[in-house]
Amino acid sequence: MSIQIKKSGLLRRAPENFLDAPLREAITEQGLNDERRGFLRKSFAAATAALASGAAMARPGSMPEDDGDPLILNLQDQAKTLGNPVVMQGYGQPSKFESNLQRRQSPGLTRVPQASVSFAPLQGFFGIITPNGLHFERHHQGWIDIDPAQHRFMINGLVREAKVYTMDDLMRLPSVSRMHFIECGANSATEWGNVAVPTVQYTHGMLSCCEYTGVPLSVLLDDCGIDRKKAKFVLAEGGDGSAMTRTIDIARAMDDVIVAYAMNGEMLRPENGYPLRLVVPGVQGVSWVKWLRRIEVGDQPWAAKDEAIHYIDLQPSGLHRQYTSVQECKSVITTPSGGQMLLEKGFHNITGLAWSGRGKVKRVDVSADGGRSWRTARLEGPILGKCLTRFNMDWNWDGGPAILQSRAIDETGYVQPKINQLREVRGTKSIYHNNAIQSWKINEDGEVSNVQVA
Amino acid sequence: MYKWPELRKSLSVLVLAGFSLAASAADYSNIGRAATPKEVAAWDIDVRPDFRGLPKGRGSVDQGQQVWDGKCASCHGTFGESNQVFTPIVGGTTKDDVKNGRVAALTGNSQPQRTTLMKVATVSTLWDYINRAMPWNAPKTLTTDEVYAVTAYILNLGGVVADDFTMSDENIAEVQKRMPNRDGMTEKHGLWQTSGKPDVKNTACMKDCLKEVKITSELPAFARSANGNPVEQNRTIGAVRGIDLSKAAVIKVSAPAADEGLKLAKQYACTACHGVKDKVVGPGFAQIAAKYKGDANAEANLIKKIKTGGSGAWGDIPMPPQGHIKDADIKTMLGWVMRQ
Repeated sequence: MSIQIKKSGLLRRAPENFLDAPLREAITEQGLNDERRGFLRKSFAAATAALASGAAMARPGSMPEDDGDPLILNLQDQAKTLGNPVVMQGYGQPSKFESNLQRRQSPGLTRVPQASVSFAPLQGFFGIITPNGLHFERHHQGWIDIDPAQHRFMINGLVREAKVYTMDDLMRLPSVSRMHFIECGANSATEWGNVAVPTVQYTHGMLSCCEYTGVPLSVLLDDCGIDRKKAKFVLAEGGDGSAMTRTIDIARAMDDVIVAYAMNGEMLRPENGYPLRLVVPGVQGVSWVKWLRRIEVGDQPWAAKDEAIHYIDLQPSGLHRQYTSVQECKSVITTPSGGQMLLEKGFHNITGLAWSGRGKVKRVDVSADGGRSWRTARLEGPILGKCLTRFNMDWNWDGGPAILQSRAIDETGYVQPKINQLREVRGTKSIYHNNAIQSWKINEDGEVSNVQVA
Repeated sequence: MYKWPELRKSLSVLVLAGFSLAASAADYSNIGRAATPKEVAAWDIDVRPDFRGLPKGRGSVDQGQQVWDGKCASCHGTFGESNQVFTPIVGGTTKDDVKNGRVAALTGNSQPQRTTLMKVATVSTLWDYINRAMPWNAPKTLTTDEVYAVTAYILNLGGVVADDFTMSDENIAEVQKRMPNRDGMTEKHGLWQTSGKPDVKNTACMKDCLKEVKITSELPAFARSANGNPVEQNRTIGAVRGIDLSKAAVIKVSAPAADEGLKLAKQYACTACHGVKDKVVGPGFAQIAAKYKGDANAEANLIKKIKTGGSGAWGDIPMPPQGHIKDADIKTMLGWVMRQ
């Protein structure tokens, strides 16, 4: 490759000829002699052999035989070659070695891919922020990609003046950026009756947490002159085929709800509502209406399809609870978790996530003996309201069987329940809002599997 | 690069901006505009349980059946009972439920699958949802009268209204009094408001919390590999690996579509009704390929069938028209189908 600099400008040429002729000749001769070439060829062969045998190693990183690890002793290709240029990927991608972590569907859950859900790979996340490309998806009539210049947002109903806003309008207004979790009301639904799916991605992966940016809904409602006496509820409506609608009570709507256009520093992804979605902190995801086109202010709830047919909790009496919204305090251990394998005995960092729709997480306890005894875990900052909190716990695995559990407590003092405590109140045929303690069994081989215990 | 006169101008703008910021902090009067009455009417389509928002109109059970057979039966079955694509709409309710306003089958945890009619308490909910989101692949294309008619037909299938019933904005409140689960919902619980009272109470015991730990449920053998191979779903570095089930039979989950035709068939939801090999609601793609193998007019005929819909060729459930699919995409899909 040659770079031609046509105009020198302020650039100064590199001093290529600063070595005198005899010295240049000596270096060239050294660089090309047979002995030196042979050395390079040999080390390349050794590096290739090391790569080939890597797969057969019993334990990654175990003590090397002989003189040491060939990955250390021999220079690797990447250290001897030119890397890729900047902006080869104008919008960066994860390393190809990270391709195992993907949003995934669960077979048999829904029959139509447009009314389906993809689960976030919680087993591979760090900290509390969900990468935008791995934020879980749930669509009711397929996802769409709306031209933001064509998008309109309307507020009508019990307001002094019904108004229309463009995206330009909304992005001119004062914005807030806040970190919140979003959890589908059906997250962990497969586990209501019994253990049904193998890994944390499928038991708990309808969960994500981002920094969402947008305009507080209260600012917009005030701008339209909301009738503070008569207004009791708002209806949020989507602009997609399903025109999803959900009722939100006015106290919440005027509190911390955001009309959001961005997450984690970039605009929303189409799968998550681009260019506009509602963010309703602490409330199940179905209320976070995507492709948001309208807010209507009213004096009664709407009993929309997804608050009268789905997302309602059946009790043993046959009565359904309508408008259940709050995602109550919950936690789950993500490593080690179902479908994983511990590589070695000895020290392990047990880590997981805790959250509460009623505020901050105050404490997380971890048990390694199926709930007989508990120790309090370390909470990592930041600890924010209606946001995921990461917890860590030191643990030495003695190689024997163990059952790992986590139990979160929020700032209201509510303690995450056991599955049997939920069933005692709501029966075994409920579906939604399962915030029970999750158990992972570890056997002597280090294999982790999903179990329920009493 | 700014030239001095330009820079001076932008500086003066900055000074002005600073001044106005101090003068009025929250005057958004030039942001957004008033919605016209026509605009509000175009979007304000919601219908509430008190029927606020319900447009005038009417439709009979018979008219509803016609719409149903053409546009709804392919997903929901001729009698709304199908569980093939979506959860059944009709079934599980009785005459007594219509009389009592509570669906008896919901009590005692006895009903494994709950239908729409067993759960829905307000007829407005049905009307509103059909109006805003149905038919599933062509939402908001029914006329107001068709929405009344289809709603009436569903309620007729559930024994709520008679065969000769015509539903309208005038008698919908009477229909509400016959909804089988009209008294089956409660808002009296603590899980709506942040300040609500939780329904379960655990305590944070730390020591000797249980005498014995009993495993009450384990992952069934078939479910171990039903969600794919964990080794392919975990990071290849770190404290743990995914379990490798490659020796066992692993069901591939959401593998990338190998073929553009299959990708399109999924995108247009054809796979909701057609299996690749076997019949689901409609015939499997391989069955279609076998039937039309060697037929010179197969492509032209199938394009027409996809665009305008059809019935009778493969069974009772009709194929709805798919006029929205691009010709080029239909051809790509057919090319793939005929190779199955």
